[in-house]
Amino acid sequence: MTVDNPTTGAGRPPGAASDRPTGPPTTGSTATRVLGVISLVGIAALVVLGVFLTPADAELGDTIRILYMHVPTVSTAYLAFVITAIASVMYLWKRTEFWDLLAASSAELGVLFFALTILNGMLWGKITWGVFWRWEPRLTTTAVLMLTYVGYLAVRQIPNDTRTRGTISAVIGIMAVVNIPITHKAVDWWRGLHQEKTIFGTVDPDMKGLQLFTAYLGLTVFLVLFSWLLIHRFRVAWLAERAADVGVDAAIAERRAERAVPSSAGGAS
Amino acid sequence: MSDTAYIATAWIATFGSLGLYSLWLLRRGRKLSRSVPPDERRWL
Repeated sequence: MTVDNPTTGAGRPPGAASDRPTGPPTTGSTATRVLGVISLVGIAALVVLGVFLTPADAELGDTIRILYMHVPTVSTAYLAFVITAIASVMYLWKRTEFWDLLAASSAELGVLFFALTILNGMLWGKITWGVFWRWEPRLTTTAVLMLTYVGYLAVRQIPNDTRTRGTISAVIGIMAVVNIPITHKAVDWWRGLHQEKTIFGTVDPDMKGLQLFTAYLGLTVFLVLFSWLLIHRFRVAWLAERAADVGVDAAIAERRAERAVPSSAGGAS
Repeated sequence: MSDTAYIATAWIATFGSLGLYSLWLLRRGRKLSRSVPPDERRWL
């Protein structure tokens, strides 16, 4: 990631201190601006190709247009959850705020992308199966995975000291990732309605030409967009922690000032 | 609802949600940046 490690200060020039009042009043940087522009151009291209230019599929018809988003969103969500697990392991090892905030930021984005996956899947299911939801193996394991990460985010909201919060959520972040292969392999292990797995799976051989290009473009665009969002989300989380520190420091200073006034007044009398 | 309406809903909901989340993120970052000393937000 193109962020400074704020916990250790790594990446800052030696001797650079707070007397150099630099820093943008946003969470943006050159890297995020480049990623942002690529994301916008990519999204525009994906919409044009996915909605208007690609032909309908011989088997799936126009519903393939939903899959141009469904597959990238679930791939991105899986990636986000894996990053959460890796960052959680790193937090338990290194015990630095950087890894804790990275894990939390990635989990939040994972939940967002996974919610969109479920929404797109429900709309696709309504057209193809005639129902939005069916408690079949893939959808059930998907719901469990979603609830696990919603639980992860909920646990982080419980008032606690940062070390305890980080430890508990890291353990959940590591345990929760086990659900990904179960969800992914559910279509192989149990018979259900859902088609066979698409990612690293069996749908792509039937795709070719513009369809295949659009499918891979979708994956690339969502990957770049995720990178952009993750950097911004991490920086917001970092700023939120610093803002809380500033608030605590101000409250302590105010309390000290309150205590100093009566004692000095008492000394004068 | 026709198939086209479901497909349109999927695209609008996906990019609409991502757009709104991005806007919320940028605005929150801007707001928090004002309450934090400059050297705490020196992004490289």
